[in-house]
Amino acid sequence: MLKVEGLRSKYGRIEVLHGINLTVDSGEIVTVVGANGAGKTTLLKCLSGIQPVSAGAIHFRGEALTTVPAYKRIHRGLAQSPEGRQIFTNLTVEENLRLGAYQYRDDRVEKDMDEAFHMFPILREKRNLAAGGLSGGQQQMLAMARALMARPACLLLDEPSMGLAPIIVQQIFDVVSELKSLGVTVLLVEQNAFGALKIADRGYVMETGQITMEGPAAELIADPRIREAYLGV
Amino acid sequence: MSELLQFLFSGVTVGAVYALVALGFTIIYNASDVVNFAQGEFVMLGGMLTFAGSAAGLPLLLAAVIAILATAAMGVLMNKLAIEPARGAPVVSLIIITIGASIFIRGGTQLIFGKQIHTYPSISGDTPIRIMGATILPQSLWVILGAVLVFIGLWLFFTRTLLGRAVLATSNNRLAAQLVGINTNFVMTLSFALSAGIGALAGVLISPITMTSYDVGLALALKGFAAAMLGGMGNPKGALVGGLLLGLMEALTAGYLSSQYKDAAAFIIILAVLFFLPQGLFGRKSTERV
Repeated sequence: MLKVEGLRSKYGRIEVLHGINLTVDSGEIVTVVGANGAGKTTLLKCLSGIQPVSAGAIHFRGEALTTVPAYKRIHRGLAQSPEGRQIFTNLTVEENLRLGAYQYRDDRVEKDMDEAFHMFPILREKRNLAAGGLSGGQQQMLAMARALMARPACLLLDEPSMGLAPIIVQQIFDVVSELKSLGVTVLLVEQNAFGALKIADRGYVMETGQITMEGPAAELIADPRIREAYLGV
Repeated sequence: MSELLQFLFSGVTVGAVYALVALGFTIIYNASDVVNFAQGEFVMLGGMLTFAGSAAGLPLLLAAVIAILATAAMGVLMNKLAIEPARGAPVVSLIIITIGASIFIRGGTQLIFGKQIHTYPSISGDTPIRIMGATILPQSLWVILGAVLVFIGLWLFFTRTLLGRAVLATSNNRLAAQLVGINTNFVMTLSFALSAGIGALAGVLISPITMTSYDVGLALALKGFAAAMLGGMGNPKGALVGGLLLGLMEALTAGYLSSQYKDAAAFIIILAVLFFLPQGLFGRKSTERV
């Protein structure tokens, strides 16, 4: 479904991604784990089009995506729940969700919103409140729900567990595994390697802008190097 | 009594113009957090181009429509040539760019149309309407009607339409707006076109009363800005109420004190309001968790 070949990206003159190769197949949960500053978020930004790519190619559902502007990528079925949530703080929860389905003007929007509320009941309670007043966990839920409103074929999730209480983290990860049964392909970027690998099918390990290991999640989680470097065991 | 009524009439007329300018500020501010100080020049262009069109032999209505469309196009050009290339610059830099653009537009107009003061006939004649001993010009009613209609239109746009929310979303978080599929460049272009068109409409309506020349824009921009701040920047309701209040304050000061003090009185009251209500009368207090 998603294929990344030799992807390079720079901030100014400093290259931060040194040729990333990665594939995500339809129906999979794939995770990219790695330490802070490894380039995981930059990778996702390249995929969603808000960070320029200096070399390499992105293919999504058989089409070249590299030169497609960011706002058009969501029309192709690629949605992102960005790092730091990036919700519209001055709009209500409901308006945030409605804007998630910006490209649609049909009856299904209402239904999808109902499903989003079903997935995250707390959002239904707060639907008419300004999103900026939500707690961190609720904002994360809103960011994910907003991305899902776009009916994505593939969802890019950037650090959904960042800064959240363990019980909320578990809830978020549960929802991610639930997405799989809904037929949504997920590319999950996480510092919380253990939590991410537990729910993923395959994983990539990223270090200083390169993929250093890849394989089935179950194997990575058992690998002594990974356990030492990322799982703290 | 009739004296007071007379002051109120003239205050509401001037206030409606300030409200239209403030509404123009509101749109661009909502889309980009930029205060567009060229807003007054759009008003000036509306009047000057209508005059030029009718002087060239066009029917007045047609000249007015062309003036509004041409000014809207001018707004789009300003966005494409001056604002868009500076994207990513701090808001303050963008505001200074709008001041530069306003000087450019003023200078260009002076070169092309000269320094004379112009006017053209009112829409429905100049016979004053008598109400309880006071009089009001029919053109004033058109100005007030224009402000009210634009306000209703904008209010519906921002609260009832998806595109209007997309404008608000773009200003709140440009990055996230792109991620949900909003073409943020289009939103900016649209808001400059709308804003310039509304400014031009104000110019078209007021010029038969106040007359127009290349340099009327600056004072209007300052008053419109003050009105928008008074009502609460970014809120159409605030722009309307702020504009009308400012016009009334000026007219009452001019009437009961001296017309020399009218600007001072208006600005003193605004300073007082902002001192106690920094968000303006209708501004939303923004609280955010991080």
